[in-house]
Amino acid sequence: MPERVVSINLCTDQLAMMLADEGQLISVSMLARDARLSPMADRARAFPANHGQAEELFLMRPGLVLAGRYGAQASVNMLRRLGIEVVQIAPARSFDDIRANLRSVGAALGREDVAEVLIARFDADLAALAREGEAGARAVVYAPNGFTSGQGTLVNDMLAAAGLRNAATEGGHSGGGRLPLERLVTLEPDLVIRAARFGGASRAEEMLDHPALAKAMADQPVRPRSGGRYICGTPLVLSAVAELAAAARALEAR
Amino acid sequence: MSYSMLLSGLSLLTALLFAAALLIGPAGLSPLESLSALVTGQGEAAVLVMREIRLPRAVLAALVGASLGLSGAALQGYLRNPLAEPGLIGVSGSAALGAVIALQTGLAAAHVLALPAMALAGALLAVMLLLLLAGPRGGAFTLILAGIALSALAGALTTLVLNLSPNPYAAADIVFWMMGSLADRSFMHVWLALPFTLIGWLLLAGLGRGLDALTLGEDAAEALGIRLNRLRLGLVLGVSACVGAGVAVAGAIGFVGLIVPHLLRPLVGARPGRLLLASALGGAALLLASDIAVRMILPERDLKLGVLTALLGAPLFLHLIYKTRAEQGA
Repeated sequence: MPERVVSINLCTDQLAMMLADEGQLISVSMLARDARLSPMADRARAFPANHGQAEELFLMRPGLVLAGRYGAQASVNMLRRLGIEVVQIAPARSFDDIRANLRSVGAALGREDVAEVLIARFDADLAALAREGEAGARAVVYAPNGFTSGQGTLVNDMLAAAGLRNAATEGGHSGGGRLPLERLVTLEPDLVIRAARFGGASRAEEMLDHPALAKAMADQPVRPRSGGRYICGTPLVLSAVAELAAAARALEAR
Repeated sequence: MSYSMLLSGLSLLTALLFAAALLIGPAGLSPLESLSALVTGQGEAAVLVMREIRLPRAVLAALVGASLGLSGAALQGYLRNPLAEPGLIGVSGSAALGAVIALQTGLAAAHVLALPAMALAGALLAVMLLLLLAGPRGGAFTLILAGIALSALAGALTTLVLNLSPNPYAAADIVFWMMGSLADRSFMHVWLALPFTLIGWLLLAGLGRGLDALTLGEDAAEALGIRLNRLRLGLVLGVSACVGAGVAVAGAIGFVGLIVPHLLRPLVGARPGRLLLASALGGAALLLASDIAVRMILPERDLKLGVLTALLGAPLFLHLIYKTRAEQGA
């Protein structure tokens, strides 16, 4: 069982905090403390934060570093050259990936038994939530710069479990990608789930306030998604699924 | 070709491209459906697409393109230098810096006109600095070197401001400010840009006679009753106002002010006064065409306008440098 585990990725941070033994995890990334990105921000503050720089990580004398599959590749290569074991975890693109990632991180931490318990609980919670049968209202998840989640994304699984149809997939959208505003307007969805706003200003977010979107959705709900529960594949996505399911029920009752 | 024929031709081209800009888009509406939605307001989603998304975008393309073409022609006429262009000499970059400062300090949220006003201030500072450095006669290489330094500085400071923003998306905006885009602009942006744009156009339109006289040299121009100080003031304020307003809503789009006057100059008998209106129309046509192209080539990637104009303009710019060198016998 590796000691002195350091996580440098927002998503592995959360998996590690769920799975690690007392005292096994010694640092998580700075981002894990940001409540806008991380649903475990409070827990994360109990750990010293790192910024994913190879030098600071080396000085922590880690027994294992958990990293994402993408990004921070330079730091990961450097750490490996320095003889530190790094396990990289790919972002979850489905509920199956959530189970697989729980298993991978569990195995890396030597905590396979805890991982199985979490997976069993996840499956039970999902079964209790999932709305079987005819998918009803049509929803689009809309993020800054017009990014949406189509087929083969975690968000697509989340919408389906909540009993919503992902309207973005009607246009043949697969994976993540831009959904032009005029396409969104002509899709005429019943529900738009919009990314929560950050502080400061950005043009990327400004487009979410476009009058065409506001007018198109004047009689339909636009819900902000918040707390970063759509970002990482962990069992915590189920609380977002529960909210989506409630929104779907409200739409069907209209 | 006579001057009036040229102007009618350019107007017709601009009108056709404007119509095409309204009819082309990812929503895949038929032309008939689009036009009826635009005019009659029938069909809820189609009306929103036409009136709230495509119309403001086309209007902005025409406005910003005209400003860039006009500013390029005016700068080239005054400096008697075919390489002067708002993007290349750092005026657009400085305007972008002003705009980014207005947005990130919250000034733009506090006052509606703060965004274009700060962009104008950035452009103004750049134009004044350039005239100071390059002098009224504007030696080609002094001007370009000063422009390179100014562009680099403005770009670095824009990047710095956006990197320091608490907003995680601000860093991704760097591309927008450096390369420009009209994606997802609304009528709010048209109203934001319009007042300063019109003021700039009026100031620059009044320079025609002075620029024509200036081709004879400064002394001759003064003898013809041209007040050079006033000419310079009109140029500086006019360029700053319309470039600033355009950059504030569309980012820095380069090379339009270089390509258009260069293509049209032989057609107006090399008279800088006549080149002004022709370049304004030509600039509008070029930017409308570019914006149609970015939507047709990679509709889901938000290809930046400045990428396209640079692909067209940079080879021309190199050609002009080569020609300038040959003329100087260097």
